[in-house]
Amino acid sequence: MSYFRDGIVWLNDPLNWTNPGGLLDRLQEHLVITFWAVLIACVVGLPLGIWLGHRGRGGGLVVTVANLTRAIPTLALLTILPLTAIGFGKLPVILALAVFAVPPLLANAYVGLRSVDPETKEAAIGMGLSGGQLLRSVELPLSVPYLAAGLRTAVVQVVATATLATLVNGGGLGTIISAGFGLGISRGGAQIVAGGIAVVLLALLAEGLFAGIERLVTPRPLRSARRRRRGRAATTA
Amino acid sequence: MSFLSPATAPVPLAAPAGDGPGNPWFSWQYVQDNADTIMSKLGFHIGITLETVVIALLVAVPLAVLAYWIRPLTGPILALSGVLYTIPSLALLALLAPLLGATSRVTVLIALVLYALLLVIRNALTGLTEVPADVKDAAAGMGYGRFGRLWHVELPLALPAIVIGLRLATVSTVALVTIGAIIGQGGLGDLILGGFANNFYRAEIVTGTVLCVVLALVLDLALVGVGRVLTPWSRRRTS
Repeated sequence: MSYFRDGIVWLNDPLNWTNPGGLLDRLQEHLVITFWAVLIACVVGLPLGIWLGHRGRGGGLVVTVANLTRAIPTLALLTILPLTAIGFGKLPVILALAVFAVPPLLANAYVGLRSVDPETKEAAIGMGLSGGQLLRSVELPLSVPYLAAGLRTAVVQVVATATLATLVNGGGLGTIISAGFGLGISRGGAQIVAGGIAVVLLALLAEGLFAGIERLVTPRPLRSARRRRRGRAATTA
Repeated sequence: MSFLSPATAPVPLAAPAGDGPGNPWFSWQYVQDNADTIMSKLGFHIGITLETVVIALLVAVPLAVLAYWIRPLTGPILALSGVLYTIPSLALLALLAPLLGATSRVTVLIALVLYALLLVIRNALTGLTEVPADVKDAAAGMGYGRFGRLWHVELPLALPAIVIGLRLATVSTVALVTIGAIIGQGGLGDLILGGFANNFYRAEIVTGTVLCVVLALVLDLALVGVGRVLTPWSRRRTS
């Protein structure tokens, strides 16, 4: 475990945090990339998933998109996008990560709207609600737990994969690790481990934070029922 | 990664990698000239993927059975594999590499197995818990003990779910192997990252990517076929 101790020692040096290109700089880059990638994925994935779920069509499309993006290596999209007309810099990294964040948002929004009890919808239509009203005041509120679960999956995934941005000079916390690998194990070992620890902590923090948000927005009566269903939903989403 | 141009330079410092005909998205010439390299990378990719999936299966199914038999263990087993799954791949490599060797194949293999575990465990457990209670009663009535029932009744019934878990694990493993490129053990990922480092050579990157996606689809289809052969009773219902 001496490498682990070396990593802690590295993290304990304030200069490693505040230097230009230090942990704080990289953390900020990481969070900026994550924010924009998740935002773009939300703008694309949520309306599409909600619309398809509301219409009750396109389930095949959702599954196909989810399966196809699973087969594409993140590394491939990260290296290909900068070589297209988009050019180098932060934008291709953000777009690549957004592409991988769309499926969880899309699938969860679709499943959430589809899982609204048909009898509830019939009752709402019987009360004279139009399609738009049904969506706004019945379907969306009832599928909020699913939307939150999708957001959590997407955020955690983007935080994790943003680490790879460093492989194409996109910055982020992964840069600490790859710079350590660049130095070689004997000189950079401590830095590699320290970067690894920082990234793991950030990912777990994001997971915990958004799990809390998911719990907060889920109405109490839905909580126990949700937990039972999630095991199955996760295998398809 | 010091050989890559710094992040601040918006344009690659080396000029030839422009949009011109010198850097096509795909080139048969490249594939022919480098057939040996490509085949060895592909072989490495297939080998490490199969090894990962087999090891994950051998570890995950007993764990799932343990969680199924001893209910209090279900939570901890799922939570632990869930936490492992949350850890970013590069970070996992970073934490494993100093212990197991910075350019070692084992490092990548262990990281891949840890990721595949969750997918297989969760699906196997779902399959086992969904075995109907009356089927279990009937098996007990026929005189099956705990192990006999598991082997002859519960596992066969859980097989479709286990195969789904294996398919998910296989497809994501094929994609994840590429991350190993950071320590030179990435199979087709070496082509992708190598092309990027090699003056942004598009043909090399695209060849690696296409082979990756095709490999994932082929292995997925193969597992569907294996699943059908192993569960002949479900074929009549589905087709």
